Amino acid sequence: MTGSPLIEVEDLRIDLNHGSGQVPAVEGVSFRIDRGETFGLVGESGCGKSITALALIGLLRPPLSIGGGVIRFEGREIQRLPAARQRALRGNRIAMIFQEPMTALNPVSPVGRQIAEMFVLHQGKSWREADQLAVEALASVRVPAPQRRVKDYPHQLSGGMRQRVMIAIALACGPDLLIADEPTTALDVTVQAEIIELMRNLCAERGTAILMISHDLGLVANVCRRVAVMYAGRIVEERGSADIFRAPSHPYTQGLVDSLPRLGSRAALGRTRLQEIAGVVPAITAFPDGCRFNPRCPKATDICRTTAPETTWLEAGGLVRCHHHA
Amino acid sequence: MLSFLIRRLLQTVPTVLAVVMLVFVLFSVVPGSIISTMSDDSDPQVEARMKKQLGLDEPVYMRFGAYVAKLATGDFGTSFRTREPVTTMIAKRMGPTLQLIFASMAFAVVVGVPLGFVAALRPGGIVDSAAMVVAVSGLSMAKFWLGLLLMYLFALKLGWLPSFGYGDGGLKYLILPAVTLGVSPMALLARTTRAAVLEIMTADFVRTARSKGMSETRVVKWHVMRNALVLILTTMGLQFGALMGQAVVVEKLFSWPGIGSLLVDSVLQRDIPAVQGSILVVVLFFLAINLLIDVLYGVIDPRIRYA
Repeated sequence: MTGSPLIEVEDLRIDLNHGSGQVPAVEGVSFRIDRGETFGLVGESGCGKSITALALIGLLRPPLSIGGGVIRFEGREIQRLPAARQRALRGNRIAMIFQEPMTALNPVSPVGRQIAEMFVLHQGKSWREADQLAVEALASVRVPAPQRRVKDYPHQLSGGMRQRVMIAIALACGPDLLIADEPTTALDVTVQAEIIELMRNLCAERGTAILMISHDLGLVANVCRRVAVMYAGRIVEERGSADIFRAPSHPYTQGLVDSLPRLGSRAALGRTRLQEIAGVVPAITAFPDGCRFNPRCPKATDICRTTAPETTWLEAGGLVRCHHHA
Repeated sequence: MLSFLIRRLLQTVPTVLAVVMLVFVLFSVVPGSIISTMSDDSDPQVEARMKKQLGLDEPVYMRFGAYVAKLATGDFGTSFRTREPVTTMIAKRMGPTLQLIFASMAFAVVVGVPLGFVAALRPGGIVDSAAMVVAVSGLSMAKFWLGLLLMYLFALKLGWLPSFGYGDGGLKYLILPAVTLGVSPMALLARTTRAAVLEIMTADFVRTARSKGMSETRVVKWHVMRNALVLILTTMGLQFGALMGQAVVVEKLFSWPGIGSLLVDSVLQRDIPAVQGSILVVVLFFLAINLLIDVLYGVIDPRIRYA
């Protein structure tokens, strides 16, 4: 974590605006990603990880909006740039892959054209040149017979192939940051591994940093160098991914690690039941006072119910937000 | 594709037969006949002679059988009123009606679709509210009333356009009836387009398009339009059929020499072959348009393929 970071998020707040007012859906989120680094954001559905990603790429739509904080890309604040300047970054320097490859592609447009758009938009190519580049882009994500496949429509491709097309689109202009929001959640397990491998290799070749968003701690820790765990709109722990597995600091992270199914070990320990975290994620409109994890936390004491914990910087690197961190 | 077309064409046969039968039965139960509309004096001998001459003395099922048999050879029969072959009468009226219907639809598409698009891009905005007021008024206003208002304004007060008639078949004669007839499909298209665009704007692939760094105009042009077209086309297809029916009122109002006014005149005089023929043409037109729309679906949306 030396030198100037590629992207830096400082004290980000995202508001959910509704009729009478607004509630913060994400609060006090800060992290930085260096050039070529892989960074993971993990949490349950509704913890705010996806909208944090959308904020980075400037795609928050009403009723969500950035309520405060700073997003810096290569040292420049980007969240207040004029729309045209933001668009020049979007797709070109910061690209995104979405969860559902079935619906994320336009059903009535050939996939080649959907890739070619990137070259027309950001590199000023003619459609002819762009179509040719689209074939190369499709070849680079290891789609067989790309010459023929560019003419296919999304429904003619399998889920894995569609996600390859999404990767081809995202990496078309050689972005500096790739945001991957649950890129393999909708895919078969065997295809998942292929897609992750492909994404990781292509990004490593090009020096593209990855922000990987997932509910799957195991997957993220496997892909990313550093991992941040989000709970109820806040980052509760951020560590090197090896550390987070070996010695999770926050009780929530501990719960996540415990609830991962592990081959063999369970039988060896004589346990058959999968561990779980008691309770459910609180609704955005009903976050508890103090530490937001306190109603579900096995270590919770009085202070947890009244005072939100401050950030503690760990000696081994990383940070945690807990009154009773390990 | 070819087998699809053939199958669809064959499917029209029962529909046509059912329509013919329905009209036949209806006219055999409504009071009055061509004879009673032609003269007040009811000499039973004259009446019997005329009935025999027109074949009305036969029972309904016999007449129906004979009619269908002739129909199969492309013969629509002879008008009771004018003694002209019905095919000739219809051929003369077909041109003006098609002109009117296509002009109305063109007006509806050219005004309604952009209106819906503009409304959808800023939902709740001034344009949206204004467009929807126009759309609701257009849908609610009775055609004959709207036609009279337009006539009053543009023909009587401003003197820009002729108030009625076909004239030399020029464009200025077409404008008022076409607009009168086109307002309700225009309104419906505006609403359908607005709803379609609003729905598509929330689709995942639109978010993908935005994530590529596209301007909203490009998002709409490259990704929303073609998807909206499927829904717009469905509405158009249904409206074409409705137009054929509504043309009856508008043609009568503007003394437009089309199938609609032929139909009204023929009904009033119980000219069964002419009524039968006109309705048949309307039905065939409706079926043809629907078939065309089904084929167009496949052109626009690659997911729809015909086997």
